Amino acid sequence: MSRDISQPEQGIPIGRRVFLGIAGLGILGIVFGSKVQSAVGETIGTGIGGLLPGGDRFRIYSITGSFPNIGSTDYRLTVSGLVDHPMTLTLDDLKSMPSVHLVKDFQCVTGWRVPQVHWEGVKLSDVIDAAGARSQAGGVEFSSFDGADTESLTLSQARRSDVIVAYRMLGGPISSSHGGPVRLYVAPMYGYKSLKWLSGIRLVEKPVPGYWEQNGYPVDAWVGNFDGRQDAPIT
Amino acid sequence: MIVRFDSVERLVHWTNALLFMVLILTALPLYFAQVESLVGRRALIAEIHTWTGVILPLPLLIALSGSWGSGLRADIRRFNLWTKGELKWLMTAGKNPGLEMGKFNPGQKMNAIFVGSSIVVMFCTGFVLGWFNFFPLSWRTGATFVHDVFAGAIVVVIAGHIVFALANRHALMSMISGRISKLWASQRAPRWLAEEQAGHPEI
Repeated sequence: MSRDISQPEQGIPIGRRVFLGIAGLGILGIVFGSKVQSAVGETIGTGIGGLLPGGDRFRIYSITGSFPNIGSTDYRLTVSGLVDHPMTLTLDDLKSMPSVHLVKDFQCVTGWRVPQVHWEGVKLSDVIDAAGARSQAGGVEFSSFDGADTESLTLSQARRSDVIVAYRMLGGPISSSHGGPVRLYVAPMYGYKSLKWLSGIRLVEKPVPGYWEQNGYPVDAWVGNFDGRQDAPIT
Repeated sequence: MIVRFDSVERLVHWTNALLFMVLILTALPLYFAQVESLVGRRALIAEIHTWTGVILPLPLLIALSGSWGSGLRADIRRFNLWTKGELKWLMTAGKNPGLEMGKFNPGQKMNAIFVGSSIVVMFCTGFVLGWFNFFPLSWRTGATFVHDVFAGAIVVVIAGHIVFALANRHALMSMISGRISKLWASQRAPRWLAEEQAGHPEI
């Protein structure tokens, strides 16, 4: 068929290229998107970036479907199990202990990440030492006042200095949706280890895996070497 | 009256519309903590979102897989081909008054192309998120980023699509009944009307 310039309606095949271009860009974004996201975050700041789709922001998970609310004066943390001195701590008790500050990423196992979050609390190892772990204790079980979530660590993992009982994050008291007034923050592991609404710490010989582990997530949830992180696993 | 959309095209359109609505509505509590605190049941909602996403490409694939999809295939060829006048119309945001429109205006073509390609992107990135165990962590982060950015764009495009549809009742009705008046076609899609009449001289 000869080309007739008086009939421009024949058209140029552009639609297919645009379709493949958008689809290809999106699929390439799976591989390179984390770098793009970091660059965007550094350029416009995570504050604004967090408001945009794809920005650095927390996804709030609650396994019970609601955010349990306990006032800071009513809050209690029990430390029990294989300890010499079972304790019940108030928020003021925790705040009277030596505080630690961490500025670290929050990395979810499904991929989202909030860089450089400011955390404040007490070392979990200080809480354990105050209660006095017995020699046969080998692990720690955590429970949440949401009534459903549980977590676990080995005792040596729990004694790391970057594992804290946190009462402040993001520059303020921990909100109910972020697991306040007190939550766990296990810096070297995926976010599901950082149990929200912490209400119980129980030392045991061998801990029962927590809620997310019973749903198929790894018990040792090391983030490992990713995006500049170097968190050496210990057992 | 002439046929604008055959029954297969209308069925695909409304099935897609339903699936997109379920996906957007279930995405709200997954993405916004305030919504989640109101509706709860995150695990169930995540499950509905995941499986709705898995079946999202099926209506189009089934429609394109047999002879029943001839009308849809013809329209996809129309989305593919762009005249110079249509490109100018798109670049100037509609300022090309002399342009004789075909069956679809350039905005409708872009809408179809974007929604089609976003199905591919959302399916692939959603698969990485739903079955993240099989992919390295940096891919999961990348997939989250792309899924979120495209979700934002899709909501904007679909909102625009609905606004235009409500403002053009004849066009909206033709996606329900399949038919549109020759008067509408002569004003809004004269090149398409000419094609149709050349192809069906008895009309």
